[in-house]
Amino acid sequence: MLFSGVDVTLAPGDLVTLTGPNGAGKSTLMRIIAGLSPREEGTVDLDGGEADNDPSTYLHYHGHREGLREALTAWENLAFATALYGGREAAVMPALERLGARRFAELPVRVLSAGQRRRVALARLLAAPRPIWLLDEPLAALDVAGQELIARLVGEHCAMGGAALVATHQPLGIEGRALALRGFQ
Amino acid sequence: MIRVLVAILVRELRLAARIGAGVELGIMFFLILISVMPFALGPDQKLLSRLAPAILWIAALLATLLGLDRLLQADEEDGVIDEMLLSACPLEVIVFAKALAHWLVTGLPLALLAPLLGVMLAIAPAAMLPLALALLIGTPALTFIGLIGAALTVTLRRGGLLLSVLVMPLTVPTLIFGVAVVREAAEGRSFATPLSLLTGISLIALVVSPIAAAAALRLTRG
Repeated sequence: MLFSGVDVTLAPGDLVTLTGPNGAGKSTLMRIIAGLSPREEGTVDLDGGEADNDPSTYLHYHGHREGLREALTAWENLAFATALYGGREAAVMPALERLGARRFAELPVRVLSAGQRRRVALARLLAAPRPIWLLDEPLAALDVAGQELIARLVGEHCAMGGAALVATHQPLGIEGRALALRGFQ
Repeated sequence: MIRVLVAILVRELRLAARIGAGVELGIMFFLILISVMPFALGPDQKLLSRLAPAILWIAALLATLLGLDRLLQADEEDGVIDEMLLSACPLEVIVFAKALAHWLVTGLPLALLAPLLGVMLAIAPAAMLPLALALLIGTPALTFIGLIGAALTVTLRRGGLLLSVLVMPLTVPTLIFGVAVVREAAEGRSFATPLSLLTGISLIALVVSPIAAAAALRLTRG
């Protein structure tokens, strides 16, 4: 068993940062919440709406694998993501613009650096709006300006009534609750 | 739902045009196998034309199996399968579209090429169109049966071998009835019975395998 007794509630406007040493189970917890990993026990509930609502269709999960195919351009990757997530294709360019990725929108992802890829992948959050953001190490590989930008986007998202759970080793620099996983004792 | 289907088809065709995605490999393999067969079997044209239906179908089966391991694995490695699981569109529809796109770039070219290559194997002229028809109807069954294996082995690094072993037995009925169509046509008999059975197998595979593959993909999350 990786962890037990973890209880986290995300209300509209909530930002929860998830901290803990490597291997404590931060990524696993996120994948469990997203419905991408099995759990031994416990539940993931979504309040409101119909009872059989599947939480996974209300959230964005940004993990280590960024969901970008190298042979496709940044724009093509994101246009496909909006189709999957039910966003608008017209929102792709503004989202890339906001992330500072407009310049390389037409380049294949293959030629982009790790930081540029991260910006493209995170543009998905804006291109296809969903209320819950699960971000696993979103700041990794980003420059200082990029890290500030992401913190600002998360802040704006929460201010608009969204909720975010962010696993990170660096402080985001904005108000939020903290959940610490201690790892093996 | 329609939008996701179209988006996947466009994306897969784009990828196939840019990186091939194992498409050329399957077609080249098909071409090579059929071109060397007459040399290996010698100058007996009667023997060649009797074996032609079997050779063409075996080549189509192996060419299809060759490309299957890339059907879902590339998306798994890049984390796109995770994204697909978070879509409001049912995963069954998504994997159906994936397999359909895969067939368009691997199975369909084989069905179109086969009558031309049949000439090299001295196939009876009366059997040419039935051959194309049988491959047109039968290769989707091969791709869709393969989809289940591709979903089950998606997280394995070298799943290709296991995939072939898993899928091979399930493709035998398709092979039997596919060859039967061509053989009956070549001998001037009615091929309605094997063709109906082949169509039945294909239709069942089209419906059942996306459901099985989606279940397998959910199982492999861990």
